[in-house]
Amino acid sequence: MSSPILKLIAQRIALGIVLLLAVSVLIFAGTQILPGDVAQAILGQSATPESLANLREQLGLNDPAYIRYFHWLGGVVTGDLGTAMSSGQDIATSIKGRLWNTLFLAFWAAVVAVPLAIILGLIAVRYRNGWVDKLISGLALASTSFPEFFIGYVLVYFFAVKWQIFPGISTVYEGMPFGERMQAIALPATALTLVVLAHMMRMTRAAILNVMQSAYVETAELKGLSAFNVIRKHAFPNAIAPIINVVMLNLAYLIVGVVVVEVIFVYPGMGQYLVDHVTKRDVPVVQAVGLVFAAVYISLNIIADIGAIVANPRLRHPK
Amino acid sequence: MADTKAKPGQPKQGLLLDIRNLRIEATVYPPGETPKNIVLVHDVSLTLEKGKVLGLIGESGAGKSTIGLSSMGYGRGGVRITGGEVILNGRDILKGGKEGFRKLRGREVCYVAQSAAAAFNPAHRLMDQVVEATLLHGTATRAEAEKRAVALFKKLSLPNPETIGERFPHQVSGGQLQRVMTAMALCSEPDLIVFDEPTTALDVTTQIDVLAAIKDAIRDTHVAALYITHDLAVVAQVSDEIMVLRHGRLVEWGGTRQIIKEPRQEYTNALVSVHEIEHLEQKPGATPFLSVKNVTAAYGGSHIKVLKNVSVDIYPGQTLAVVGESGSGKSTLARAITGLLPPEEGTVTFDGRPLANRLADRPKEDLRQLQMIYQMADVAMNPRQTVGTIIGRPLEFYFGMRGRERDKRVAELLDEIEMGKGFLDRYPAELSGGQKQRVCIARSLAAKPKLIICDEVTSALDPLVANGILKLLLNLQQHEKVAYLFITHDLATVKSIADSIAVMYRGEVVRYGPKSKVLTPPFDAYTDLLLSSVPEMEIGWLEKAIKGRRMASAGN
Repeated sequence: MSSPILKLIAQRIALGIVLLLAVSVLIFAGTQILPGDVAQAILGQSATPESLANLREQLGLNDPAYIRYFHWLGGVVTGDLGTAMSSGQDIATSIKGRLWNTLFLAFWAAVVAVPLAIILGLIAVRYRNGWVDKLISGLALASTSFPEFFIGYVLVYFFAVKWQIFPGISTVYEGMPFGERMQAIALPATALTLVVLAHMMRMTRAAILNVMQSAYVETAELKGLSAFNVIRKHAFPNAIAPIINVVMLNLAYLIVGVVVVEVIFVYPGMGQYLVDHVTKRDVPVVQAVGLVFAAVYISLNIIADIGAIVANPRLRHPK
Repeated sequence: MADTKAKPGQPKQGLLLDIRNLRIEATVYPPGETPKNIVLVHDVSLTLEKGKVLGLIGESGAGKSTIGLSSMGYGRGGVRITGGEVILNGRDILKGGKEGFRKLRGREVCYVAQSAAAAFNPAHRLMDQVVEATLLHGTATRAEAEKRAVALFKKLSLPNPETIGERFPHQVSGGQLQRVMTAMALCSEPDLIVFDEPTTALDVTTQIDVLAAIKDAIRDTHVAALYITHDLAVVAQVSDEIMVLRHGRLVEWGGTRQIIKEPRQEYTNALVSVHEIEHLEQKPGATPFLSVKNVTAAYGGSHIKVLKNVSVDIYPGQTLAVVGESGSGKSTLARAITGLLPPEEGTVTFDGRPLANRLADRPKEDLRQLQMIYQMADVAMNPRQTVGTIIGRPLEFYFGMRGRERDKRVAELLDEIEMGKGFLDRYPAELSGGQKQRVCIARSLAAKPKLIICDEVTSALDPLVANGILKLLLNLQQHEKVAYLFITHDLATVKSIADSIAVMYRGEVVRYGPKSKVLTPPFDAYTDLLLSSVPEMEIGWLEKAIKGRRMASAGN
């Protein structure tokens, strides 16, 4: 590892932290702009002005916004995300289990989706403009075009109701055996895979096709390499930066965009937690979840940037 | 004569390649019309003995590369071989199908591309790429192949032959890469190598080294070669025979000596005598209208100075040629004069008053007086505008001409560049390379400037077309009294057009004066190297030139 690379990586990480701080300001400001406040939400429509004022005092809602922001940020940095208004539970503790569940689901969806998308992309390039390519592109596009809830219900209808292979409701609990857990997430993981597959596959195909015009691809063909090896050995390594980028974007989606799928399958993850508490107007929870999502999104993008930097031989091996 | 592979190191004999009545077609898709078939190569036949070198020469579109690649059964970009036979080592390879092509590519026939910098995969180390074909075809183990590669690196006089293979392509210079590519082609010990303009993209001082290395390697390994180029002087150094092609048809085929000394066809004769434009040097006038004084410049505040203390003068109606290899600062000088790159030190004076350093600070009138023409005419024009609009634009911008007055002037300009009114409504894509460059010339003339900066304006053109452009520029200079700052790396062009010459090397002017003085000995070491590196159409020139050199070229 040489210094220009380390410098670039350090820059990216610093930029990520700055970005995360900016996002925290936005999240905080956003929840302030929303009409009504927590005290109102807790006490309901019939609250008397006195009880509202008392509760506001008690919750510190009368302090200026920036003081509340720094108070909140200080808590976040030390791992204290506050207490949920609706249930009185510690948010950090509830999030821990749910984040773990979401990551578990996202991980297995990614394990299937990423290699599958890249291999399908490679095959599509190999048989470009032929019927194989068109079939792959068409199916992938169709699976993306259907909304997730539609795919989810179709899966439930066939696999849970009709054939009864997998459970329609993905209940998981702590200490659940691995096998059962896998069976529980089979359907939501499949739904997620189908949703993200096409984007990654088509970007892989486009990135490699872009490289296929290069003179070095012709060189490889003129060495007598087979069409698939030309793509695998010579085109793919040079298309890796854009592919990493789209893969990371989709991984981020798997973690932060699973709201609908989690709700359909009643899966106890972050998405469902967020939806539940948005309906309850539980501002501290919404803020905390928003911040966690932002952190995940930004970290994955930093990883994508670093991946692209490391994949570039000019940066890896300077003159 | 099925595969009688002689031991390496011994001359081989017999017929290697026999192309009979080769016909190659492609489908073109003109915008707005139905796709149509065009024939690129019309019934061309050739034979090549083992260990011999045949030069294929012609302008772009002559079908040289297409014929060369047909020996590997390869059609670039949808080109199809639709007739004839390609008999290699006694069998018709066109009957072998895809599998057959794959077996011969990289084993019996190898390819050396014009731009090695683009032809090497940036993601892999050189050694992995050099031995790839050998390993693929299973003709040697990895250890043997690498040993062979190192020996070839040595033969091609590459620096650090033991370790250069560990480098990535971007860590090696262009001239070196071209030799590594030659080593890559030789590594699998093929019977035939197709060299496709292997030195065209290189500086003239580097070209000579690469050419000598290729020639030695061909001689020592007894490999046969098809050597494709548009430069007759280059091909005369390496070939046993030369085939002249034009528009996909055979013009003339004969021994090297016969082609360059006694050409039988008129077209061959035109190619041989292409550079001979007589241009009498004009004496510098009393006062220059543009003076560059002690200009120093760098890009982006970098500490590396691209121009170091450069001073030159340009006289009204005369041509100053700036020569040097790539990276010597020629184009940067043009950018400093036009204000695109404000100099850090020094001044540019015009008609006795200093010009503002920055382009943005110059009045319109100063902008009008300095016009530019570029190397790549096709990217210097808006593809969505017609020729009439392109040439009319400076008339509107500088002189506020409108309507009929403008159209009349555009028509006059079209006449001046010998193109005529028929081109008014054409788009750049419908023009040939030479015509595009003519339109760019007309556009710069439209501003009635005192100086036109010509940045490698003929480098991308075929020799005969380039010659036409040079003659046009000289004619226009006589009529319009315009001065040129002519940037080029081609010394033959300089002789044809310059009144005075500045030789640049690593950001400095190393020799400057009237053409007759600059080109008369005694020379400084660099000018000597530059002049002695220009290929001459003479058999044995290469060996003489290499022997007589006083200074090694930098870019190899």
